[in-house]
Amino acid sequence: MTNHWIDYQHSDVIMAIGGNTAENHPISMKWIEKARDEKDAKLITVDPRFNRTAAVSDLYVPLRPGTNTAYLGGLVKYILDNELYHKEYVEHYTNGTYLIEEGFDFNEIEGVFSGIEDDPIRNAKKYDRTTWQYQRDENGEIKIDPTMEDPNCVLQLMRRHYEKYSIENISKITGCPEDVLEESYELFSTTGKAGKAGNILYAMGITQFTHGAQNVRSIAVVQLLLGNMGLAGGGVNAQRGQSNVQGATDMAILYHIIPGYMSTPQQATHPTLNDYNELETPPSGWWTNKPKYLVSLLKAFYGENATPGNEFGYQWMPKLDGRDHSHIAMYKDMSEGKVEGMICWADNPAVSGPTAGAKREYSSKLKWLVSVDLFENETASFWKREAGANPEEIDTEVFILPAAASYEREGNKANSGRWIQWQWKAQEAPGDCKSDLWIVNELFKKLQQLYREEGGTVPEQITKMHWDYDGPNGEVDIVKVCREINGYNVKDGSLVNNFLDLKYDGSTACGNWLYSGYYNNLEKPPTKRRIREKEGIGSHLEWSFAWPLNRRVVYNRASADPSGKPWNPDVPQVWWDEAEGRWKTNDVPDFNVNIPPRESAKIPFIMLPEGQGRLFSAFVNDGPFPTHYEPADSPVSNFLYPEATYNPISQRFYEDHVVETEEEKERYPYVLTTYRVVEHYQSGIMTRNMPWLIEMMPELFVEIDEELAAELGIKNGDKVAIESKRLYANGDQKSIEAKACVTKRLTPLMINGQKKHIVGMPFHWGYMGKSTGAVANDLTPSVGDPNTTIPEFKASLCNIRRVG
Amino acid sequence: MKAQVCLIDASKCIGCRACQAACKQWNQLPAVKTEFTGSYENPPQYSCSTWTKVVFREYNENGRIQWLMSKQGCMHCTDAACKLACPTGAIYHTDEGTVAIDRIKCIGCNYCAAACPFQVVGFDRVTNRAEKCTFCHDRLVNGLQPACSAACPTGSLVFGEEREIISKAQARVERLKYKGNNNARIYGLDEVDGTAMLYVLADKPEKYGLPADPQVPLGTRIWSAIYGPLRILVVIAVGFGIWANLTKNKELDKAKEEAQEEKE
Repeated sequence: MTNHWIDYQHSDVIMAIGGNTAENHPISMKWIEKARDEKDAKLITVDPRFNRTAAVSDLYVPLRPGTNTAYLGGLVKYILDNELYHKEYVEHYTNGTYLIEEGFDFNEIEGVFSGIEDDPIRNAKKYDRTTWQYQRDENGEIKIDPTMEDPNCVLQLMRRHYEKYSIENISKITGCPEDVLEESYELFSTTGKAGKAGNILYAMGITQFTHGAQNVRSIAVVQLLLGNMGLAGGGVNAQRGQSNVQGATDMAILYHIIPGYMSTPQQATHPTLNDYNELETPPSGWWTNKPKYLVSLLKAFYGENATPGNEFGYQWMPKLDGRDHSHIAMYKDMSEGKVEGMICWADNPAVSGPTAGAKREYSSKLKWLVSVDLFENETASFWKREAGANPEEIDTEVFILPAAASYEREGNKANSGRWIQWQWKAQEAPGDCKSDLWIVNELFKKLQQLYREEGGTVPEQITKMHWDYDGPNGEVDIVKVCREINGYNVKDGSLVNNFLDLKYDGSTACGNWLYSGYYNNLEKPPTKRRIREKEGIGSHLEWSFAWPLNRRVVYNRASADPSGKPWNPDVPQVWWDEAEGRWKTNDVPDFNVNIPPRESAKIPFIMLPEGQGRLFSAFVNDGPFPTHYEPADSPVSNFLYPEATYNPISQRFYEDHVVETEEEKERYPYVLTTYRVVEHYQSGIMTRNMPWLIEMMPELFVEIDEELAAELGIKNGDKVAIESKRLYANGDQKSIEAKACVTKRLTPLMINGQKKHIVGMPFHWGYMGKSTGAVANDLTPSVGDPNTTIPEFKASLCNIRRVG
Repeated sequence: MKAQVCLIDASKCIGCRACQAACKQWNQLPAVKTEFTGSYENPPQYSCSTWTKVVFREYNENGRIQWLMSKQGCMHCTDAACKLACPTGAIYHTDEGTVAIDRIKCIGCNYCAAACPFQVVGFDRVTNRAEKCTFCHDRLVNGLQPACSAACPTGSLVFGEEREIISKAQARVERLKYKGNNNARIYGLDEVDGTAMLYVLADKPEKYGLPADPQVPLGTRIWSAIYGPLRILVVIAVGFGIWANLTKNKELDKAKEEAQEEKE
């Protein structure tokens, strides 16, 4: 999130799109209701289903799964056509005024930008981005047109790009009635006025598509146009579906980043530390500090073994080979026998991965599998008869390490609002269950010992690692870990105050520059602070620590006009006091307070080299403007671009995997979307072992509209079979079973004159635990976004029939 | 009237059922084995193991979809039908104004469950006892709010001093009306002389599955008027109650067996 949960109270209009906030983030409703009570805020829910959030919304906007970019593109056009954008904001704080290279173009037939070319390695297309660049003068300065009338300026290019995204067309694509579309567009656009704040919150219903990043970009574009970034009640707010998934991402759980959102080094392009720094360090913006953060990270990794003479151990760092190593790609490698063993830590891909049935089969190619979880989960049991496997044919050796639950260990968690909050242990873990930290400490120490004794391939990666976290009585000293994440001076071990203290010369070590400052005091670490704000706007600056630098709303310079006057004086983040000649703040400023307001106004988005928000971004793999692509499994062709395939840049991992022919579209006529329910959690392994929760949501179900149910002769509670192309092989169609939930909350949608039915399933069930059921993800395709490879869980095609 | 009450603002209920789980947790009520039958609502009945639950109702009237959710359970009525129906005086009003069942005095006659206009008293045939929401009386007397309202994330359940809660409810109703909910109303203020569970409803009570005009059944009132002054009859009633119940049990079991046989 750019903002935080409590900040929702300042929103005037809240749009929940691709996120069922009442269901999956119930606490958000406390602040949304406060905004509605106190300032008559409006809540819009955009979702294929009339969900629990829609139940308490002011306006419900139905749409076909996988058409968010179209919906948001329509909003962009509505804002531009009706001149509802925040002109001063767009002019000063975005790249709307920038001129783009003359060669930049978009092919309206194929739906692709200039620079498209084949990418045989990824079995997809890719872009040469030469024509996507800013025009620059002889001094290298970006050319701009402050009037935004030049045909090559971003705002004009944007008008052209979204010309086709009329309400009429968007209605045909999404299936949402035109009047509802218009009402939602009109309502949200009211936040383009200075003094109003619009909040867009989202979750996996935006990201889990082959065009997921485009969806998020669309949100950013809307929020920049309306001037909703940086101010209280505004923002692009990604709601995290797990209490510490923000922390996990910050700590680089994904393969393509290292802690603190730096790119993982690539062998081909970053063979040395210098190459990395040259390529990865932009000429301006905050990331010019990146080399300091990387060297401090290397010092944290390799300790005294990291010296200026050996590139601070950079050569020991694992590097990527240019290939995708995300979940889908890794399992593909596994299917080809390229993966020998797997440690599956707090993860249950046999239920939660796309095409989960195939994933379970691939697991048998592993020599060994370690599962670290609270319970014996489906992934660890892929070899059992319950999984449909024959144990006699499987040689994989499986180890299960019982883990402590989050309340049985101490440590910090980062919430969606980036607040890194300490959580104290509530009770001891039962039996042999151990904290993740204890397990990883023991595991690493053993590995280090074995590599020291026996050697191996590049043993230095392990043997040179600085690893000193032991505490008394065989426990881990968590403070040692916190100290390293926060950062310290190598000379005397004293804690650094924050990342402003980090150095390039190896004199500081820091495990994650973004977290620096969260534990800068051993007696009173900021992460453990619990002081409520007495007066203010709800920033609660003395409650825990928010990264970066305890800042609660990022890019908050943009909350005030270039002279420093807040757009909304009622809830100012920062304001320039003319009389005193200084900034006053309700938050930690996200800019240099020592330069005049007019100067800081030139670079409100300090993380970007150009310092201004990107309505046009050449840094997205699949195009600088978000563009409507159908999902991989789609019931219709692209209405806007007749020859467009699904996202052309998205890697095609498997042949004959998604619905392509008309015959297949008839065989799988219904649009399937998957989701969670509040009673269960993720792959369900925690909650399906909890009788009180099982009682409330006992079985896997599929939601079907009344009309479709009548057509198929299905009644409430009937057992039905669901089929998808993923369960079809060699003329044999397999299916999974679920109970029917025939509901008024789903209604068929008219897609360009054709009636289409949407069906929905939660993905929580599997064959282990106290409540068992079919795995919904056996149906979903292994296709992903070209920037992140996040799988397309939210839109696919299926068939349904009554059983018996 | 009650000193402290609980507001159930149904217009803010998101059906997360934190209240339902919190009730089971605090009161250590066992989970019921359930099936998915087409609604998110579960378990199907109130019982000795289920004192409160969120009731889900969905409507589509001319394209206007509504999904109404509300926490339901014992209302803790001032004019409590269960108390009037109870032949042994097991049901009583506590000093805090809540309605409680004395487990020792309860003989399992089931009259309370039958008389309750809200149909929220659970009856356990195994222990032969009636049970229902206690308003977390044990928490109340220790200065804590009920487990359900403590767990509510949205402000749908609010516990507090009666006057404050009523004015809060009135303001909310005005607000809902202003937003176009013409049927918005308070429920439980006048019904059965006032209840300790006070609702704000955005629509008609029936649409939430609540009775439009809850009343103490006339029979219960007459029964109560008779046995009240004639305590001696209570003993007979107790005997009758046990007998009736046993007979009913036998009949039920027989019917079940027959049904089972038919199936086979």
